[in-house]
Amino acid sequence: MTKAIALSGLRKSFGRTTALDGLDLTVETGEVHGFLGPNGAGKSTTIRVLLGLLRADGGTARLLGKDPWNDAVELHRRLAYVPGDVELWPNLTGGEAIDLLARLHGNHDRRRRDELVERFDLDPAKKGRAYSKGNRQKVAIVAALASDAELLLLDEPTAGLDPLMEVVFQDVVLQAKRQGRTILLSSHILAQVEKLGDRVSIIRRGRVVQSGTLGELRHLTRTTIEAETQRPVTDLADLPGVHGVRTDGNRVHFAVDGARLDAAVQRLGAAGLRSLVSHPPTLEELMLRHYGDELAANGHRGTGDERDGGAPR
Amino acid sequence: MTATTAASAGTAAGRPRPPGGVLAGTGALLRFDLRRDRLRLPAWVLGLGLLTLSTANSLHTVYPTAADRASIARASDSPAVLALTGPAHYLGDYTYGAMLGHRMLGLMTVLAGLMSILIITRHTRAEEESGRAELVRSTAVGRHAQLTAALATAAVANLALALLLAAGLPALGVPGITAGGALLYGAAHAAAGLLFAAVAAVAVQFTAHTRTASGLALAVLGAAYALRAAGDAGGNGLSWASPVGWLQRTYVFVDDRWWPLPPVLALAATTGAAAFALSTRRDVGAGLRATRPGPPVGSPALGTALGFPLRLHRGLLGGFAVALVLLGAMYGSLLGGADSMLKDVEQLRDALARLGGHSLADSFAAMTMLVVAVVGAVYAVLATLRPRAEEAAGRAEPVLATGLSRTRWLGGHLTVALLGSTALMLATGLGFGLAGAVSTGDGGAFLRLTGAALAFAPAQWVTVGFAAAVYGWLPRAAPLAWLVPAYAFVIGYLGPLLKLPDALNRLSPFGQVPRLPAAGMDWTPLAALTLVAAALLALGLAGFKRRDLELT
Repeated sequence: MTKAIALSGLRKSFGRTTALDGLDLTVETGEVHGFLGPNGAGKSTTIRVLLGLLRADGGTARLLGKDPWNDAVELHRRLAYVPGDVELWPNLTGGEAIDLLARLHGNHDRRRRDELVERFDLDPAKKGRAYSKGNRQKVAIVAALASDAELLLLDEPTAGLDPLMEVVFQDVVLQAKRQGRTILLSSHILAQVEKLGDRVSIIRRGRVVQSGTLGELRHLTRTTIEAETQRPVTDLADLPGVHGVRTDGNRVHFAVDGARLDAAVQRLGAAGLRSLVSHPPTLEELMLRHYGDELAANGHRGTGDERDGGAPR
Repeated sequence: MTATTAASAGTAAGRPRPPGGVLAGTGALLRFDLRRDRLRLPAWVLGLGLLTLSTANSLHTVYPTAADRASIARASDSPAVLALTGPAHYLGDYTYGAMLGHRMLGLMTVLAGLMSILIITRHTRAEEESGRAELVRSTAVGRHAQLTAALATAAVANLALALLLAAGLPALGVPGITAGGALLYGAAHAAAGLLFAAVAAVAVQFTAHTRTASGLALAVLGAAYALRAAGDAGGNGLSWASPVGWLQRTYVFVDDRWWPLPPVLALAATTGAAAFALSTRRDVGAGLRATRPGPPVGSPALGTALGFPLRLHRGLLGGFAVALVLLGAMYGSLLGGADSMLKDVEQLRDALARLGGHSLADSFAAMTMLVVAVVGAVYAVLATLRPRAEEAAGRAEPVLATGLSRTRWLGGHLTVALLGSTALMLATGLGFGLAGAVSTGDGGAFLRLTGAALAFAPAQWVTVGFAAAVYGWLPRAAPLAWLVPAYAFVIGYLGPLLKLPDALNRLSPFGQVPRLPAAGMDWTPLAALTLVAAALLALGLAGFKRRDLELT
């Protein structure tokens, strides 16, 4: 089966600024692919190259098996796009903007459009300038999801949405996934990607630094464990892969590498386990492993220290 | 101890607390506005000032003798020239100073008004529309501070222009241009600038759209110019209905009358006060008129490659159509008078007869048609640069991510610009022709005049094409598109006065158009212009297809 998106060695510079520096990205057909990175990492630039709005300086890009620059219009009929910062026409109503984008796209489902307007609680009779940021975002989301596009390119689509609408958004994205559509979801909201994503690529400074399923990536990080035992656990710190052990009487708190979890839990069991709370690695921690150096440089140490074991230095 | 007390008291009293109330922060905002305009304002002031200075300087060499000046004065005593310049009283003793006052004052006060209108809308309504005003207003800034700072910015620019003229003109040492006259000449510019700044300050209160606000203020400016044109050409009192007419009646360098200035300044002050009063009756970001809800669904036409741009352009096109029909009708209604007024002026009749044409009225029509065509070219540039505004605002991005190709998107906007500018020439011609036929009692004039206006359509297409080519290849240099109407106007207006070589006129697409109805029809230049336009449009589309979109 053709890959929905296949980018390799993609380069793009704006003057002296390098936005994409040899970016590789593969998205399989039918998956929800999380595209994670901090602001300015190159997420939007990548998506705009995929849309043929920007021309890459180097590397290859295939979208649905075609060339995003030369076959732009043909591809645009098969995809829908939600920009991160939606600007509307001040003298057009939201409803008109939705219908405009839907008609220009080619195919649109009237019933589905009305249903989405209803679900997102959007007033389509308001003029573009009267919408708040979140409502402008909804206009673009409704226009994209009302289409029959087989590929959805969503660039930080929920920026500005309230938590209730965020839930509606997750719902409709999962619905789209069940319909077999491919979704590239760029975000710096980690919880969102965790809930929706099958696979994740982490981008940093114009290159993808890690890519895989959430399960695969979890192997690369540590589970945090808090336990209470009948007898104090004393020999935990000697185990390889265990970090940041803090004991407080019969309570113990530590982090353990994914591959060493078994041995650590056996030690706890030997000490008579009374209660156990384990936190699976979050994408926050995944991200911090890659961006921890930046955060440390910015004077933020707390999370980094705890992750690295919290040992006094 | 005493020292400490004195020091602390000194700190409290010595550092003036920022004034509270509605004007708090005005000074800081004024400095900020001037900082933002640090290139724009000097460019305007120097551009306008140097245009005047270089004109004044070259009059000396173009008309060296008193006989030369008397000759141009006689030739200027026609409704067509008076409509374009100023009242006939200047012609009595046509010194270099009188020439400057007659030929330049009306035009330059309009340009100073244009500069002021753009300054005010940029620093008030555009800031509100973008949402930046909200951020500024959330700080310790008074309710009236932004408008006051914008008006002060306009005042700084206008006073700078007045000073440049008052100091620069006498320094040229041109006979007839006195220091006292130059001071009045500069002051008249400043008065016009301040008045139209105040007009713009009122206009921005009415509507939430920057474009509409500038349009309203420009309509007032255009009406003021048209009224004085009708009044000066017809020799009737209509000029007194226009502040531009008042300023021309200073008869600068002739009688040096100062008394028309206080009424203009009083009108400016009243208008400005009205703007402040109106601004308290509306919300930040809103206009005086509440926006009504619109249709919840888009009409099918909106989703087409032509219907969509047409929807975005319709306000601009409608505004220009009204303005041009009125302008055409105004000039047309003067035609009847042109014949009778010119009967006695033997010399002028000979001069115009050499131009050819059926009648003196035709020659008059040919001269004024160019002015109307240049106004049409302003529309052509505005319409062609609309895609640039869409792209810069980030609204092109979602549309170009649909099944609409770049060529069809830009093509749609260009088609509207081409058809729109053609329709404007037709509308102008109809207004001109109808009023002309009525005023001369010659039914055949209707078709002749309509045809004369339509002959300018290919020149409009070249204007669209040039703007499209610049936009397609160098979007950031898009303002260069204004060169075409600006050049056509300066050459068309000053060319005859300064006796510039005809080749300079022929560089402009508008100089290529046969001067109907005075001259005969010539299809060759029109065909050539159409070909040039087609080539430029193709060039623009090709450039737009291959470049990156400018994205935020």
